[in-house]
Amino acid sequence: MGSYLVRRLLLMALTLFGMSVLIFVMLRLVPGDISDILVDAAGIADPKEKAKIAKELGLDRPIVEQYGQWVGGLTRGDLGFAYVSERPAIEEIAPRIPISAKLALMALFFSVIIGVPFGVISAVRQNSLMDYGLRILSLSGLSLPSFWLGLLVLMAAVHWFGTIPIYTNEPRGFLAEVGLLAIPAAVVGFRSSALIMRLTRSSMLEVMRQDYIRTARSKGASNASVNYDHALRNALLPVVTIIGIEAAFLVGGLIVTETVFNIPGVARFLVEAIRWRDYPIVQNLVMLIAFVVVMVNFLVDMAYMVLDPRIKFGD
Amino acid sequence: MRTFLSFAAGTAVALTAWATPVLAQKQGGTLRISHRDNPPSASIHEESTISVNQPFMAVFNNLVFFDPKKKVNSPDDIVPELAESWAWTDNNKKLTFKLRGGVKWHDGKPFTAADVKCTFDAVRGAGDDKNEIIRKSPRKLWYANVKEIVTNGDLEVSFVLERPQPSFLSMLAAGYSPVYACHVPGRDMRSKPIGTGPFKVVEFKRNESIKLARNPDYWNKGKPYLDAIDWKIVPNRSTRLLGFTAGEFDMTFDSDVTFPLLKDIKSQKPDAVCEARATNVSSNVLINRDKPPFDNPQVRKAMVMALDNKAFSDILAQGNDLDGAAMLPPPAGFWGMPKEMVATLPGHAPDVEKSRAEARKIMEGLGYTADKPLKIKVSTRNIAIYRDPAVILIDQLKKIHIDGELDPIDTTVWYTKIQRKDYQIGMNLTGVGVDDPDVNFYENYYSTSDRNYTAYKNVEVDKLIDAQSAELDREKRKKLVWEVERQLAEDVARPILGHNVANTCWSPALKNLVLQSNSIYNGWRFEDLWLER
Repeated sequence: MGSYLVRRLLLMALTLFGMSVLIFVMLRLVPGDISDILVDAAGIADPKEKAKIAKELGLDRPIVEQYGQWVGGLTRGDLGFAYVSERPAIEEIAPRIPISAKLALMALFFSVIIGVPFGVISAVRQNSLMDYGLRILSLSGLSLPSFWLGLLVLMAAVHWFGTIPIYTNEPRGFLAEVGLLAIPAAVVGFRSSALIMRLTRSSMLEVMRQDYIRTARSKGASNASVNYDHALRNALLPVVTIIGIEAAFLVGGLIVTETVFNIPGVARFLVEAIRWRDYPIVQNLVMLIAFVVVMVNFLVDMAYMVLDPRIKFGD
Repeated sequence: MRTFLSFAAGTAVALTAWATPVLAQKQGGTLRISHRDNPPSASIHEESTISVNQPFMAVFNNLVFFDPKKKVNSPDDIVPELAESWAWTDNNKKLTFKLRGGVKWHDGKPFTAADVKCTFDAVRGAGDDKNEIIRKSPRKLWYANVKEIVTNGDLEVSFVLERPQPSFLSMLAAGYSPVYACHVPGRDMRSKPIGTGPFKVVEFKRNESIKLARNPDYWNKGKPYLDAIDWKIVPNRSTRLLGFTAGEFDMTFDSDVTFPLLKDIKSQKPDAVCEARATNVSSNVLINRDKPPFDNPQVRKAMVMALDNKAFSDILAQGNDLDGAAMLPPPAGFWGMPKEMVATLPGHAPDVEKSRAEARKIMEGLGYTADKPLKIKVSTRNIAIYRDPAVILIDQLKKIHIDGELDPIDTTVWYTKIQRKDYQIGMNLTGVGVDDPDVNFYENYYSTSDRNYTAYKNVEVDKLIDAQSAELDREKRKKLVWEVERQLAEDVARPILGHNVANTCWSPALKNLVLQSNSIYNGWRFEDLWLER
């Protein structure tokens, strides 16, 4: 187990190193840099002014030197200076992370508490009216784009309640924050919950046809005990995997939802930074996302051991 | 006695009439406005977008300003701001301003003539490299005629020109011409600028909000009426407009409401005050006259004869866009040629089908037919307001055997690409900062301008542009301006498809807002606005 962990951690470090090179190179392959864009945004294309800005931002230095400076800074906790705001990148990124993190966690929470129980119910009551209803619900979750769904929710709120649940002022207090983020989190989580629901259902159906479930029933175990203690625990393995994958995909959903609900999180900020080729912001944020994805995958693998004691990570 | 009573009654009526508007204006309140995107910076001199002007103009003052109470920016309606008076001397080659005394920057430092000199020296590219208050200057061209800027004490400054230029005062009156605090570094001016204006910047949070608060030491005593202005950056237009109908905002971003969306606003918020007005932004076609086959004047002529401006307006603005030549047509515009003259220009003929039949003949004469069309790429910025007219353009060109393919360009490299002449046909939008012939002609059509994207060059037109620029007689100048417009249209310099008209809406609680009809970039001082709630 110990050597597995060491190997795993080394692999994670290697993956992150590879990601850093990939991010750095890919960003520079995209046409235009910040000096082009700053000048272009002013409606001019003066090569002298461009060159002056490029020099000021260090973009005229060799690419290897720029990479070394970024990675070196990362190891010291220095994320560099944002090109557009001309402030330390950490000051731009840090206040936005908690907003997106809370939204992502709430969305994930929503998708799990809706997806898993409904998936179980759907499987246990296979081919019943409720099963059909839940399957339609899950299909709609998979097919409705969250952008459209978000706008629909906003329109309904304006129409029926004369108010709009968007982020215009920083909420004061925990409850106000939860109240404000709940609707966008539900919109983001709806798609994931549908996926989790469908996977839980099919996984449960497979497990419930196993011999040990029949044995449990013949021993007189209650329905709840059979469904939740015996079946669900064994059906959860693929569900946990998909939750891990969905956690990574949430970033995509957040971009759209943060835009529609006007939430000043990192996802929307990232898109804006890409538009401006604000390298220090984009590089650091993408690295952060890569780190989160790598960590989530690691945690999912660890969760396998807890869920299924037969799984052992060894040499 | 009767005389006295009449006098007293008259005085009372006069006093009431004088006092009513003053009493009606309420002090206080926060004006909430939605903003369409993240402004590139807060430095007006460095940018060319209303995204910067609308929120940040309230932070500054100019020397002179277009009268904010008048709807049309006119050289006859320029009022003093930081200047108390001005005079032309030395055969109209020297413009001297007497400055207002006792004016302070938001940080408490005194405003002086040195600030004026330093600002406009920096803008025209003659600034001090060590004290860099701006790092780019898109309107350097406006000040090309300035020989030097001279101060005389703290309260007098003169602009010495190479030759007379009556437009110079109009350019100084534009929203794009604020006076900067020269003791503040450029980096600060881009993120939290210091001005002398009615509002101070409290916070500019990128991607989130811009908060302005009343300047209690404003030189124009009693103003502004509002306590604060709170801009929320809401990039999604549907969300912005829903926020307005839900009462989250008192005003939409300027020109944010298209004609189809206007119906939604009026049905969801019937008490909203909405006004359609020209923006002085034109849709126009860029033709790369260096690239074959567009180096052939016959092809360019055929192209312009295929255009149906009315169709563009009908599809894009429900028929509300204005047909005009290079300058915004009257009555919205001050200088543009009259409607009857526009109708005689190539590309503006009332009988479009007849015009297209002639264009087809020209194309067929050059060897292009329906089976063997001229294949081209129509490049444009990859945003809806550019793409939509480009698609209509492609459709119209098909009628004369030109088969266009849409080439959407990443918006961030659009100007770089067209300035490199790396395009065949471009669909462009051009905003004019001031409704003034010098601004428009020198920027977009003069042979040596960086922004003359089509590389149009006609020595005779350059001479005409110079002549109108120096002409002091208004009526004579207008005729010269119209002559330039005619020549540009006949040379197919940059065919104008229409001058855009768009709507801005606000809550009935917002009072005294005057939208100016010939430039969206001016008039955003906000000092005369107040809220009734």
